[in-house]
Amino acid sequence: MKEQLQKDFDNTIRNLTLSQKDIEIKKFYLDNFINKGFPNRKEEDWKFSDLKQIIKKNIGELAFYSDYTSTNKVDTSAFVDGLEHNKIVFINGRIEKIDFDYEKKDQIEIIDQSETINKFNNNSSLSDLNSAFTNKSFKIVVKKGYQLLKPLIIYHTTNSKIWSKNINLRLNFELYENSSLRLIDLFRDTSEKNFINIFYNFNLKENSILKNYKVDKFENKNIKYSFNNIEQDKNSVSETFILSSGSNFCKNEINCNLNGKYSSAFVNGIFSLNNNKHHEIRTIINHLTENTKSYQLIKSVLEESSRAVYQGKIFVNSKAQKTDGYQLSKAILLNKDSEFNAKPELEIYADDVKCSHGSASGSLNEDSIFYLMSRGLNYQQSRELLINGFLLDVVEKITDPEVKNLIKNMIGIKE
Amino acid sequence: MDNRQKEIDNLKDYKYGFTTDIENTRAPKGLNEDVIKFISNVKKEPQWMLDFRLKAYERFKHLKEPDWQKPKYPKIDYQDLYYYSAPKSMKDKPKNLDDLDPKLLETYKKLGIPLQEQKRLNGIAVDAVFDSVSVATTFREELTKQGIIFCPISEAIQNHPELVKKYLGSVIPVTDHFFATLNSAVFTDGSFAYIPEGVRCPMELSTYFRINASNTGQFERTLIIADKGSYVSYLEGCTAPMRDENQLHAANVELVALDDAEIKYSTVQNWYPGDKDGKGGIYNFVTKRGLCKGKNSKISWTQVETGSAITWKYPSCILKGDNSVGEFYSIAITNNHQKADTGTKMIHLGKNTKSKIISKGISAGHSDMTYRGLVDISPKAANSNNYTQCDSLLMGNKCGAHTVPYIKNKNSESNIAHEATTSKISEEQLHYCQQRGLSAEEAVGLIVNGFCKEVLQQLPMEFAVEAQKLVGISLEGSVG
Repeated sequence: MKEQLQKDFDNTIRNLTLSQKDIEIKKFYLDNFINKGFPNRKEEDWKFSDLKQIIKKNIGELAFYSDYTSTNKVDTSAFVDGLEHNKIVFINGRIEKIDFDYEKKDQIEIIDQSETINKFNNNSSLSDLNSAFTNKSFKIVVKKGYQLLKPLIIYHTTNSKIWSKNINLRLNFELYENSSLRLIDLFRDTSEKNFINIFYNFNLKENSILKNYKVDKFENKNIKYSFNNIEQDKNSVSETFILSSGSNFCKNEINCNLNGKYSSAFVNGIFSLNNNKHHEIRTIINHLTENTKSYQLIKSVLEESSRAVYQGKIFVNSKAQKTDGYQLSKAILLNKDSEFNAKPELEIYADDVKCSHGSASGSLNEDSIFYLMSRGLNYQQSRELLINGFLLDVVEKITDPEVKNLIKNMIGIKE
Repeated sequence: MDNRQKEIDNLKDYKYGFTTDIENTRAPKGLNEDVIKFISNVKKEPQWMLDFRLKAYERFKHLKEPDWQKPKYPKIDYQDLYYYSAPKSMKDKPKNLDDLDPKLLETYKKLGIPLQEQKRLNGIAVDAVFDSVSVATTFREELTKQGIIFCPISEAIQNHPELVKKYLGSVIPVTDHFFATLNSAVFTDGSFAYIPEGVRCPMELSTYFRINASNTGQFERTLIIADKGSYVSYLEGCTAPMRDENQLHAANVELVALDDAEIKYSTVQNWYPGDKDGKGGIYNFVTKRGLCKGKNSKISWTQVETGSAITWKYPSCILKGDNSVGEFYSIAITNNHQKADTGTKMIHLGKNTKSKIISKGISAGHSDMTYRGLVDISPKAANSNNYTQCDSLLMGNKCGAHTVPYIKNKNSESNIAHEATTSKISEEQLHYCQQRGLSAEEAVGLIVNGFCKEVLQQLPMEFAVEAQKLVGISLEGSVG
């Protein structure tokens, strides 16, 4: 893999206009990655999902260089209907379109950061890989007091032109005081066997609100990793919703630092898996000051030989008195080959806190099925009704009515 | 109330901190093949036992000390320890209690375990382990009448080699982790109990461990076998003198329950926890594992952990037989600079297996407490159930309480439920008690006892009283 990495790195650098110093920095990250390689099961964070093995088994040899010199055609028919929205379009990892047509031009700033390397406070090997190979990277700034009128949809599209490729994306968001942003990540893949490595950084200033919805719904054979770092100031709110369903493998990581008083973080997630998909959500909520709040709800429905993993950690440092932290994960295993692994973790150094977690996994409740069947439904209907209700619970947590409807329609949950 | 105050003042300092001035025989310092041969030789062990030890030592040489645990400790120099220490008078084992060195008897009297009076009073059979050797076992004859074997493991190796050969290392193999393998190589003594088919052991069996000599690691090994349809309740207590240096205690406990058998294992661990600044104290790195080998068997662990500078142990159950049951009840209390990383593993292999985990952690002062547990339901363990509850109570903002459960469900017909909470004693509860005339300390004591009640109830009577007192004492000075 080392020769491949070196060769692809040289090709990538050739297409960028970087200063010698920046090339050195990128080289540093490359060397880091070459040393560490893909994370494997020996690392605690990857205990339940051995990425090295998964890539080896599903992809084999990866190529890290993509030719971004020619443009891809943007297929407008793939855009979401019936909801006016702003767009960022990625096709095969190349940014094709940034469009904030519905917003006041002077309230949003888009800064090209491709030529400056912004450091992530994450020293995993995947972060190194991302730093070494990201091609274009943008910072999107929402100015003081501005609340976006329409949601922003980021289309992550891939097509059959790419094969066995590694794609690295990076976006940086800054929400100034009293601003708000609704963000939907929509994955549409017709490609196969690629490894997509996404890093987002959010900086939330006082009183700002971020709502991030990640929808990976459409069947595909790709492997995805996405890391979100969220920094929150006083009174800010972040809401993250994850629908984890389409890809062959997908791991979402949320690292949220509650730095300001009265800030709060909400993470809700659904795993709806079949075949031999393997998905994971890992969250770390760091309560770093007084009076902060976090809430997490993760539900899974697992069919065939699918596997879901939830690793959630609530960290409370000794200054963070009056913390309220809650975490619940529930799973229904529908097949004898399906598997649910959880590691809900609490690490607490303050005494005046309210922290709890719960985790339950098991089969569909036969009593409930009997109840419904005794009222005339057949087995299949009863089962669907129960699963619908089980998942609806999470969807209802979405605070934005427009997006809630969109997602409900998308996954076909009836009320 | 004056009485209570007096009692507390008496107990505030670690009352088991005295040393007994007694002559010792020691193995040469350090760990090597010769020391292992020395231990084996002193114990007049047969060749197979020496082979077992050497095999473990061979393996140990290739193992690395684990470092994933939360409480970190300074590196232990394994060559700077004595692996064998015995009171000199024990060289020729006394035939009965009257022959025992009076100093030893006195020591146990001071510890509240009078070996002779015990006979008449409590009806508990005691095996007393002093440093590396078992010094006395009471109630022998009465147990023998029922066919129960209860003796030091070194005697069992001589007298019942067929049982020891069959079961020793069957739950904790010599190829296990670092400390367990170290124990397999150098273990010195411990208790052995065999309950024959269909016998319900008429009294509680008990071992009392005492570390006396300095610079000595205590490595004892306990093996309990409950044959078909039998029942036994086993108690374990431990203390050590106050010393400035840290001492290592790495014991192995193996339980085997055959068809329809039940083993109840209770521990009140009160090793010297170090002084207020965290100096000294015992490193309690213990491996405890039970195998529910037969159908309908049951193993139940109950532990009250108040002592030791660092506690690092996970009493586990391997639920191999169909319909077998594993239980784990734990109270862990840390104060001052104590650190505990404890919990359990429930490994479900058989059908219809059930397990229950109740863990209560209380941390005060500058201490750190971690519950770490694993519930693993394998694909074949159809219709299995687990229920886990771990609650933590924090006193002050300089201590930590952590929960790290690993939950693996690989069977769709099985259910796992887990819940955990962390909180402090609520102002309302305190107010309610104080309004009714209790002092702040008494109120906290009462509330903490209530918090622990679910676990304390699982202990046999005599132990429950002692444990309840310990809970109160361990938290002295942490309120306010």
